[in-house]
Amino acid sequence: MTEKLRLDQENVKKARESAHRIAVDTQSFIDLHTTVTVERTVCRLLGIDGVNALDVPLPNVVVDHMCEKELLGVGAAYLLGQAMLDTGKTPQEIAEAIDEGTVDLSKLPPRTVEEIRGVIMPAAEATAERVRKNVARRNEYLNEYGDKTDPYLYVIVATGNIYEDITQAKAAAKQGADIIAVIRTTGQSLLDYVPYGATTEGFGGTYATQENFRLMRAALDEVGEEQHRYIRLCNYCSGLCMPEIAAMGALERLDVMLNDALYGILFRDINPQRTIIDQYMSRVINSFAGVIINTGEDNYLTTADAVEEAHTVLASQFLNEQFALEAGLPEEQQGLGHAFEINPEVENGFLYELAQAQMARQIFPKAPLKYMPPTKFMTGNIFRGHVQDALFNIVTILTGQRLHLLGMLTEAIHTPFMSDRALSIENAQYIFRTMHDLGDDITFREGGIMEQRANEVLQKAADLLGEIEKMGLFATLEKGIFADIKRSRDGGKGLNGVTRKDAVYFNPFIELMKREV
Amino acid sequence: MSSGLYNTHKADFDTHFDPTRVKAYGDTMNDGKVQFSFTLPVKNDERGVEAARQLVRKMGVDEPNVACAKTLDKEFTFFVVYGSVSHSVDYENIHVLTVEEETMSMEETNEYIKEHFGRKLIFVGASTGTDAHTVGIDAIMNRKGFAGHYGLERYEMIEAYNWGAQIPNEEFVKRALEVNADVLLVSQTVTQKDIHIQNLTELVEYLEAEGLRDRFILCCGGARITHELAKELGYDAGFGAGKYADDVATFAVTEMVKRGMK
Repeated sequence: MTEKLRLDQENVKKARESAHRIAVDTQSFIDLHTTVTVERTVCRLLGIDGVNALDVPLPNVVVDHMCEKELLGVGAAYLLGQAMLDTGKTPQEIAEAIDEGTVDLSKLPPRTVEEIRGVIMPAAEATAERVRKNVARRNEYLNEYGDKTDPYLYVIVATGNIYEDITQAKAAAKQGADIIAVIRTTGQSLLDYVPYGATTEGFGGTYATQENFRLMRAALDEVGEEQHRYIRLCNYCSGLCMPEIAAMGALERLDVMLNDALYGILFRDINPQRTIIDQYMSRVINSFAGVIINTGEDNYLTTADAVEEAHTVLASQFLNEQFALEAGLPEEQQGLGHAFEINPEVENGFLYELAQAQMARQIFPKAPLKYMPPTKFMTGNIFRGHVQDALFNIVTILTGQRLHLLGMLTEAIHTPFMSDRALSIENAQYIFRTMHDLGDDITFREGGIMEQRANEVLQKAADLLGEIEKMGLFATLEKGIFADIKRSRDGGKGLNGVTRKDAVYFNPFIELMKREV
Repeated sequence: MSSGLYNTHKADFDTHFDPTRVKAYGDTMNDGKVQFSFTLPVKNDERGVEAARQLVRKMGVDEPNVACAKTLDKEFTFFVVYGSVSHSVDYENIHVLTVEEETMSMEETNEYIKEHFGRKLIFVGASTGTDAHTVGIDAIMNRKGFAGHYGLERYEMIEAYNWGAQIPNEEFVKRALEVNADVLLVSQTVTQKDIHIQNLTELVEYLEAEGLRDRFILCCGGARITHELAKELGYDAGFGAGKYADDVATFAVTEMVKRGMK
């Protein structure tokens, strides 16, 4: 098929190669380090769950103990293996014993790596098998009901109460939503632990807990069986617990997960070193669990100008693509993000949006692109807002975006009402139906406004990636290149949870779950 | 459902504007026309429509006309209803608290600061507490500004620090002292369950407890913030939707002069 926009393929190649070298360079740093949440993830995947009398999650109890004894770099797998050999207990029982103070991980007799692997790998394999079964279950549903080829309608629920979220989610699914994202409570990304159990109190969203995941999954399966459609569930890995939340998502069959270290660095002021290490393991897990990740480039345009800074979105997409490939996450699971955020006052703004969306489609042909609706210029004039959302819907159907996050006419007023969601779904369905094949019938004028625009953005992105390659990723973040926000490599939250790996360190789940792509 | 498409019946109400009895306006003075949209947790049938009509009537609306009833789920129906509100308000006797100053341009503000202070003024801003949204504070502070109003970072005579989101109130004050701030700007976007009130109150209480309240000009902003609410909470001013960097700067610098701050 001939490309619709004649993009400068040299620039595409140049940009991708720069991004690749940046990712490889950063990966060499990642490979030498581990973090508290990576180790808690190993604990969780080895079956440690629950909280102690003070509501501290047991994975935190174990890893806090490791930090206290200066053993973080040895890794949870090694230490738990030692304890299993010494006590004959399961990882869960060992965690409970650490909490009671009857097991001390620093006082165990030495063992050979072979002995330790002999007890750890079967336990790890059991978890991997559980995740494989989840993937198989999803595939069974998709085989039975078929999968949608049109853009997935993606809506959010955000009541703060998981049971109320379920009511809203089921209604949305019946109205036609394909993906339900449960927005997290404000502030969760900064917690260095994952809360436990079903929750009914949150602000602007609901706590991501494994029990909440399970409850919502069951509800969506139920409504999906009624509707003969597979309803996908989405939650958020970003924050200080990226890989732990990815693990919970793998265990409870989530389908889509936000996963972007750059987003955490820029918008949550999470330490760059910490989160880039966390991202790696979380993407390995997402990949293995068949989860489509979403990246957060769309957010850049909420703080920076969408016309002037469009190239930073593209540059970041190239980076996210390469970081994902380093973690074994294939293109088909890379929901690279972008957004419809140009000021409605800009003449020909719609042409720029269309050009950029088509450009992203062509540069990342296999990626299920995540396209975000207008938010920055939603004013409270709900009637104009509905029109803005309609234009956004048109771009998606013309350019084949995949994860279509529905805009709400009441954006900037409140978290969506049930009726707001229904109106948005109706709007999108109408436009997708009436313009279904229009994209195939359109050609772009050679050298026209849109083709020029796309090539200009591409050129700037390739240049920027060339600069980043020279500076290195961390120095780039310090300069405020992305989203006009500056982040130092030693600043932000969570740096004290980073350590170098010891010689004996091993991570059974990277071994079991990392795919070759 | 409706006979109101073409309004042929003679208006049986006084069509002269009376500022002591102001009513909503559709297309004729004092027709009282209003539109509602809401969801009821009931089935979409005749009984559901009647429920919507009765609810609107109870709100003081005559001749409610259910223009649209759409099923959202088995037991949820969305309604669009039109009617004529029977109430009126006395516009003459309404007085609201607003920031009164005539807004100065960026250049005028710079001149004003040079003339009255002879030094750069230090503005610090953040979205405090658990609030993760920076859109409000960015609109005021970022160089580029918003909707054609340059942000404070662009002001020659203002040194602006934007600390982003989720800054705990105590840390905010500590950092403000470190940079010797004159003006504190606090943005709150999330308002679910009134968490913004709790956050804003906590900051004022902390400043008061530390004996620092009078050291700073203290302003808050956000889509749901009004000047009146801000004053009530103990802030010097509040800036809601449609207020920009120039409004905030004008208020802060003139207030500093009024208070004799140097």
